[in-house]
Amino acid sequence: MITVETFDTVAEANRAMQDRTRYLGGGTLLMRAVNYGDQSFQRMVRARDASLRMIRAESNRILIGAGVTMSQIIASPDIAFLAPVARAIGGPAVRNMATIGGNLFAPHPYGDLATALLALDCRVRMADGSDMALEDLLNRRDSIRGIVAAVGVARHAGDDFRFRKVSRVKPKGVSVMSIAAWLPRTGARLKDVRIAYGAMGPAPMRVRSVEQMLEGRSLDSQTVEAAAHVATKGLNPPDDALASAWYRREVAPVHLRRLLLGDGSR
Amino acid sequence: MAKKPLRFTHNGRETAVFAESGSNLLDVLRRVVGDLSPKYGCGQGTCGTCTVLIDGEPHLSCLTLAETVEGHKVETTGGLQNGPHLHPLQKAFMEGFSAQCGYCTPGMLMAAKALLSHNPRPTREDVIEAISGNVCRCTGYEPIVDAILAAAGEISGRVA
Repeated sequence: MITVETFDTVAEANRAMQDRTRYLGGGTLLMRAVNYGDQSFQRMVRARDASLRMIRAESNRILIGAGVTMSQIIASPDIAFLAPVARAIGGPAVRNMATIGGNLFAPHPYGDLATALLALDCRVRMADGSDMALEDLLNRRDSIRGIVAAVGVARHAGDDFRFRKVSRVKPKGVSVMSIAAWLPRTGARLKDVRIAYGAMGPAPMRVRSVEQMLEGRSLDSQTVEAAAHVATKGLNPPDDALASAWYRREVAPVHLRRLLLGDGSR
Repeated sequence: MAKKPLRFTHNGRETAVFAESGSNLLDVLRRVVGDLSPKYGCGQGTCGTCTVLIDGEPHLSCLTLAETVEGHKVETTGGLQNGPHLHPLQKAFMEGFSAQCGYCTPGMLMAAKALLSHNPRPTREDVIEAISGNVCRCTGYEPIVDAILAAAGEISGRVA
């Protein structure tokens, strides 16, 4: 039997997190587990806290409540750079339910938004007030008990940020892989580049081989070719029903090349 | 199993039921309320046949914790028709042979209803996007898209 406890604030909900307890956000992950008889938890906790659904500016960052849905992201002019990513996730019903907080914990092959946020160097604010880099959270997300309260992201404009989702089913399908790139430039040179892959491992990951290849260079065809050459260096992508590891390795350089050359935003 | 009281508006009618703790909205609609129009398909958000409207927006009822609709408006295919008169979407689906096995139809209709309420004159691309979370394994989608466009024409023409 599964019990459900609802709290007015995210802080109260956070204090109620114990063993065999899961936090319910939009439901697209947890209710699926319930439907399939997952016995690893027996208690669900949720919060009605309005701050979880808010998008607000805070100094030079935008703070996105963990309960903000993909539809809210698409509708918000403050984070328009994330709209193409949110639009690539599911159909309208999923986008009305799935939250940014849930996407950080979405198992392979899901987590396209988390991939984009990883490239954007997001920070995660936990309900207990602590703060951590998204990369840290993704590296140990299976052992984190606390609730994510919000995600902080710097404002972006122009074409510094790019995202591409690769799926076999059109117009919407689960990712064979997703690629996000943050390509800030100093003059003509790339500086502090961040590249992230989704669906190429158990969780979204940075691709340091590509980042190192791009760093300090101009984004020309020679640089892009060099980056494509190391697109899967050191990676061990999974086999699944959507694609084999071999296929993922084969297509990753192709899609990375297209993304870096600006061939479509998705 | 513990049950919780739950009140919501179901197809325009105030409804009060007791729902099992942790149950999803689809189970409550089908087993408690007795509305069999939304269907159980995949149970994981892939097929879309359980799509209902909550406050006018499409949601997957199989992934919606029932108690989260407390005080909200839930619409299903069962509430589309007005007495003996079918909704224009239902008529267009019938006239366009847009259902073969029919299992996806309830979800398609609700996804289409949400689209037309926001966008009375959708393009073909708008329709394809609106039903992109709904799977049909029979029709190849074209008759469904055609029917939604036909219904949009009838509704917007009627309004004009």
